Amino acid sequence: MVDSKHQWKAWLYLAPAIVLLLIFTVWPIINTLRMAFLEGYTTAKEANPFIDYEFTVGIGNFVRVIQYPGFMTCLQNTILLCVLTVPISTFLALLIAVALNSIKPLQRLLQTIFFMPYVTNSIAIGMVFAAMFNMIIGGSARPDSVGIINNVLEALGFEYINWMNAGSEYWANIVVMVVYIVWNALPFKILILLGGLQSVNKQYYEAARVDGTPKWRVFTRITIPLLSPMLAYVIITGFIGGFKEYSSIVGIFGESMGPVGNDYALDTMVGFIYRAIGNQEGTASAAALILFAIIFVVTMINLAVSKKSTHY
Amino acid sequence: MKVVLQNLTKIFPSRDKKAGKEVVAVNDFTFEIPDGKLVGLLGPSGCGKSTTLYMISGLQKPTGGRIFFGEDDVTELTTENRGIGLVFQNYALYPHMTVKQNILFPLQNLKGADKMTKDQMLERAYNVAKLVQIDELMERKPSELSGGQQQRVAIARALVKMPRVLLLDEPLSNLDARLRLQTREEIRRIQKETGITTVFVTHDQEEAMSISDMIVVMKLGVVQQTGKPQDVYDDPTNLFVAKFLGTPPINVFDGCVKDGKVYIGQDKVLEISGVADQDVTIGIRPEGFELDPAGGLTCQLSNVEVMGRDVSVVSTHPASVNPSVRSIIDADNKVDLGAGIVRYSIKPHKIFLFNKETEERIYFEVK
Repeated sequence: MVDSKHQWKAWLYLAPAIVLLLIFTVWPIINTLRMAFLEGYTTAKEANPFIDYEFTVGIGNFVRVIQYPGFMTCLQNTILLCVLTVPISTFLALLIAVALNSIKPLQRLLQTIFFMPYVTNSIAIGMVFAAMFNMIIGGSARPDSVGIINNVLEALGFEYINWMNAGSEYWANIVVMVVYIVWNALPFKILILLGGLQSVNKQYYEAARVDGTPKWRVFTRITIPLLSPMLAYVIITGFIGGFKEYSSIVGIFGESMGPVGNDYALDTMVGFIYRAIGNQEGTASAAALILFAIIFVVTMINLAVSKKSTHY
Repeated sequence: MKVVLQNLTKIFPSRDKKAGKEVVAVNDFTFEIPDGKLVGLLGPSGCGKSTTLYMISGLQKPTGGRIFFGEDDVTELTTENRGIGLVFQNYALYPHMTVKQNILFPLQNLKGADKMTKDQMLERAYNVAKLVQIDELMERKPSELSGGQQQRVAIARALVKMPRVLLLDEPLSNLDARLRLQTREEIRRIQKETGITTVFVTHDQEEAMSISDMIVVMKLGVVQQTGKPQDVYDDPTNLFVAKFLGTPPINVFDGCVKDGKVYIGQDKVLEISGVADQDVTIGIRPEGFELDPAGGLTCQLSNVEVMGRDVSVVSTHPASVNPSVRSIIDADNKVDLGAGIVRYSIKPHKIFLFNKETEERIYFEVK
């Protein structure tokens, strides 16, 4: 405990961080709550920001969000992407981490390569993926190219698939997004899981070897349980990140958030919030609170489940 | 099951290739561990005792030499096929499993003809748990156990497969002093009850002496001496073994042999025959001193420590290699601190002569 005489020093050192947090985190959260529950906040403010209006308190903003025709699409896309990408990316990351951990030569190099997506701009990656899946840029078709994915499909004897051009189907769009999001999510998860694996005491494995434990049993009965805290962490943060999905879709489909002719087909909660900011702050705030509630509930469920199955 | 080590050698390649110096961890170790005995591998850290244990376990491959269990050559066998139980220094209990699950784990790995039903496994687990007296703790997690209890669980897990050989790596080093005393008796009891040939590694000579049927003293990868603890203590082959065994440690002096007499400094302490005149290193066990007003060895008295049954007399002598000379005498003897000096005669079988260069023992006959 710091001597109470010197406590002001501690506060002084913390002050810059606290002030910034108050301005850019705490106040916006309070303000969001305020705006969400003020009826007709937006319209009135737009009419004249200099007049001090009296607002009535109510849940009109929430009603507006839920009645908005695109809201259910946003919710569906968000949940679908979450449910698909988190398990796939976690499973793949676990496999890669275990494989990486079990090799000696080139481990450092491969570790670096697997970490590359993490430090690369996601919009740039989005454009590359768009090219791979053959996006028609600026509305003009490029008949000379169908994208590398379709080239591979052709080589394997399959037909081209319209992944993301005008007239493409919803499931094809989702596949593109899932591939991109999973690929983008892997590095962080691999890093965490590999760190976890490397901190596992080697003697557990030696003990298992003395007992002649089959490899698969070592993996399921020793590695996974000992890794469970990291797995829980990766899954929980994965879900939280998944519910905030937005920039990856913009990165691939552009701000229309859907293939040409089917705008906002892949709209998400955060996409909805972003567009509402600027002209409907009250609605945006209400949507943000709804998203917060969803993430909160899902995280609580995650924690409850992981408490049972996690060994710390 | 007797265990035979034949010219066992382990060489670790040097990590830095440029330096090019490899480490000989174990050098040409030949020894037979008789069936059903408890053997202690003893030595300071880095002497190769743990490496020897791990080679017996199969976790490390010897560079040269062979290992036999009974008549079977197990040198090429992998660790799981050797039928050994190994207790790690920090126990390596699986932290996420209960005591019961930990003990059952090796049984659940059995395949083919050895496969057991659930009831058989449980019965076996409870039997071995009773043997090490942890049957009350079966539903606990390792983190809820004391160090001594964890040690027992680790032994139970090693024993549950009924191994041919039980190996213990520094079994007592993680326990506090009182538990250590208790646990070493426990290990001795379990070993006697099961009759499994057991090898354990320790750097603590008292621990090795107290429970082993035989000890192996090692130094820098080379075996110095093997034998029953008391024999090794009474008859060390070199200065290292003499210094390593015994608490308080042996008193070492610079001395010489001249005309059949042993001198420590100027003091004549013993008449012997069969040794040529030369400078020697002399070792005298603390219990080898006898108070004797006419004794040959005169020391400057510095302190007397009363320990109830015995008295420990601390003194100095100019020829002593150590800062002080420590003797242990019966408490019936009265030592007068005021006198300033103390005179001893030496029990002939408690004094050892060593070659000054090679530190090998020089044997003599008492006149």
